[in-house]
Amino acid sequence: MPYDTDVAHPGQPSEGDASGPPAGPVRDASAPLLRATGLTKRFFGNAVLQDVDLELRAGAVHGLVGENGAGKSTLMKILAGVYQPDGGTIEIAGERRAFGHPVQAQQAGLATVFQEFNLLPDRSVAENIYLGREPRRGALVDTGQMQRDTAELLEGLGVSGLSPQTVVRTLSVAEQQIVEIAKAVSYDARIIQMDEPTAALAEHEVALLYGMVRRLQERGVAVLYVSHRLPELFELCETITVLKDGRHVATRPTTELDEATLVRMMVGRPMSAFFPDPVPGTEPGPEVLTLTGAGNGYVDGIDLRLRAGEIVGLAGLQGSGRTELVEGIFGAQPFTRGSVHLEGRPVRIGSPRQAIRRGLALVTEDRKAKGLALNQSILDNALGVVRAVFPGRTSTARGSMPGVLSSMAVAARGMDQEVQFLSGGNQQKVVLARWLSTHPRVMLMDEPTRGIDVGAKHSIYELMRQLAADGVAILMVSSELPEVIGMSDRILVMREGRLAGELPAGSSEEQILALATGADAGTPPGGDAA
Amino acid sequence: MSTATTTPTRRRAPVTSTGIVFIVLALTIVAGAILTAMAGRNFFSPGNISAILTGTSILGFIAIGQTLVILAGSLDLSVPYVTSLTSLVAGVIMAGQTSNIVLGVVVALGVSALIGLANGLVVTLLDVHGFIATLGMGLILAGYLATNYKGSAGSAPRDFRLIGATNIGPVPVSTLIMLGCAVLVILLLRRTRIGHHLYAVGGNREVARMSGLHTTTPVVMAHVLCSVLAGMAGLLLLARLSVGSPTIGAQGGYDLMSIAAVVLGGTVLAGGKGNILGTLGGVAIFAVMDNVMGVMEVNPFLKDVVRGVVIIAAVAVYARRTAGRPPRFGRQSLGDAALQEAR
Repeated sequence: MPYDTDVAHPGQPSEGDASGPPAGPVRDASAPLLRATGLTKRFFGNAVLQDVDLELRAGAVHGLVGENGAGKSTLMKILAGVYQPDGGTIEIAGERRAFGHPVQAQQAGLATVFQEFNLLPDRSVAENIYLGREPRRGALVDTGQMQRDTAELLEGLGVSGLSPQTVVRTLSVAEQQIVEIAKAVSYDARIIQMDEPTAALAEHEVALLYGMVRRLQERGVAVLYVSHRLPELFELCETITVLKDGRHVATRPTTELDEATLVRMMVGRPMSAFFPDPVPGTEPGPEVLTLTGAGNGYVDGIDLRLRAGEIVGLAGLQGSGRTELVEGIFGAQPFTRGSVHLEGRPVRIGSPRQAIRRGLALVTEDRKAKGLALNQSILDNALGVVRAVFPGRTSTARGSMPGVLSSMAVAARGMDQEVQFLSGGNQQKVVLARWLSTHPRVMLMDEPTRGIDVGAKHSIYELMRQLAADGVAILMVSSELPEVIGMSDRILVMREGRLAGELPAGSSEEQILALATGADAGTPPGGDAA
Repeated sequence: MSTATTTPTRRRAPVTSTGIVFIVLALTIVAGAILTAMAGRNFFSPGNISAILTGTSILGFIAIGQTLVILAGSLDLSVPYVTSLTSLVAGVIMAGQTSNIVLGVVVALGVSALIGLANGLVVTLLDVHGFIATLGMGLILAGYLATNYKGSAGSAPRDFRLIGATNIGPVPVSTLIMLGCAVLVILLLRRTRIGHHLYAVGGNREVARMSGLHTTTPVVMAHVLCSVLAGMAGLLLLARLSVGSPTIGAQGGYDLMSIAAVVLGGTVLAGGKGNILGTLGGVAIFAVMDNVMGVMEVNPFLKDVVRGVVIIAAVAVYARRTAGRPPRFGRQSLGDAALQEAR
């Protein structure tokens, strides 16, 4: 890898290992509650985790950062017993452990709150928490006891107003998160790892989560906290470990770190070099898409103008209505109010099909659920939209497909390979190919680089620049602020279903967040955009 | 219940699907009573009530079992053949002798349990979907029945026939036995671990596995119980007809009718959500409809059309209720709404 020169010898005992040299005496009087040494995991011969060390202490919150694909999830899954490591050891309270199954990890006092919730939506809070360990009286489940235990457990975590009998489906994401954490705690876990616990939470809910983490800390639980949101790590964690490309880069006390250093360690080069510059000669052209006072069940009062050759970033917190806005434009959640103009002509877009016919494209947030048919071939996926909407153009599109795919450097055995066997980055490129073959004028991209590796990200950015140069208007939803800042000609920020404001290129993360959270006192909340 | 410190903020849920089932049942009864009165008969006469209840018991047994299997995320298409087979096995063993009743019942139910066990093991261990596994089992049984029984066989002794003929007031004993089974199964689902685990495995097998459950046990149990209940239906048919019949199950169409009753009762076909009460409601709706259409002498073709419409309409209603995603920012948008109101 060309860009790890900035970082002190990944994988080797580096300056970052100072907090826990394998042989040396521990600085702290208390021995680590969890000590993982030399963890290695390979998939099909590729090392996704290589020789990683980690130490967690009782009553301490340990941050774990790294880009997507850096190995965080793999590390967590090894600790959780989902994967078995190909090398390395795990000790809990000084005792060697090997987990063949997640249940064994739980029994050893190590619980995991995964990003995708492991809850049964149609069962109650109590039934979910005590699933598999239902208290019994005689042969029967003691439902009363189960509810009392649950109430007590929630109370102990400082949660009020959540009835044990509530069916999980009716809970908000934050409440479901609470149930997940309560479930972890109910195993008497001494170690709890949390994967992006705030990813789906709104601002006021994040505070609730922080409170729970602190309570766990007071109880002497060791917390491994994985997050992309750097300010969170600085607020919560004593120590932060950085992973990159499956290797351990550094473990340092938070006090010795700042965000810039952390980002450099994660990315391996300064952020600025990461986003390609616009293709020379790219100029914003005429207005392509105009929304006036548009709204559906989720967003309202949207005024938006998109010009040819422009890349506009759409930022905002989870749940602020970004996805719903692009789905509104695309006719997936059609607007019920306001007007839409395409190249100056009023249009009504009532379904994705109509949107596609008018030259719109939507790269969906969840490519596996909405973007791709995983068990079909690359070619079938890439031609899916053209076949359905412009059947007359199918053979032309098929003819040009090899060129399109190779220009994006899709790594595959051939066009007949099933997309489920491709990496996330290559899958995303297939999604893009699918839309490029319709020659859209407006490209809506919802989290276009979520869950894909750095190299693939870079080529998607380059593709976006090229599309802009060709006069396509791009509206990009992204939760990754560096991406929004690095790619956008203008930045729109949403809050609570409305556009909270617009920022010029080169604005700072703080400015975006201020608009997104409403922290900016200058902007009255909500509706002034209407 | 819960300690006083928790302030329950359970959101006011709309009518549950079980609630809908019973509303529909009530409407069906009202409509049935009116139509029956128009035909010059009394819907609520003891004789008619008894006839309706008799109509519920056979399908009731099978639908209770089918509910278990569907909750577990599987399906059982072999039930009609199990029903036929048990009526024959028990009938042949009993051979008209009162002293053979117990043996006949035990062997018949034992055979059905084994068939259910085979279904369950194929589904769980060989990972064959229940639809296919039990379709295959159904074909095997159908072949066996067609080859070995050229027609009705065996004979139920008089004492055994009484089960099918005795009423307590207007309520047939067979219906009471069916309701007794329903109560036991409800208890199983609500108050035993394996019942809770059945919901868990049917809802999401991976979640169940990650919670440390044995994911095969509940599924196998559901299949065994489903077959045994189908066997009980076979015994009841034997008691009513006094002979075992190789085609009685297939004639009743109990495989698809039981699935229809389960779905009509609000149980999700994909598993993990639903209950026995709803299924009983579904069975009762069918029984009332059949009764009314019988009284009115509706032609059989139209009968099936009406049934079909009711099934599709019911499922469409449930689909509507669960359609759409949950609001992503429900509370904020409430605030938004308040803001708009204020303006």
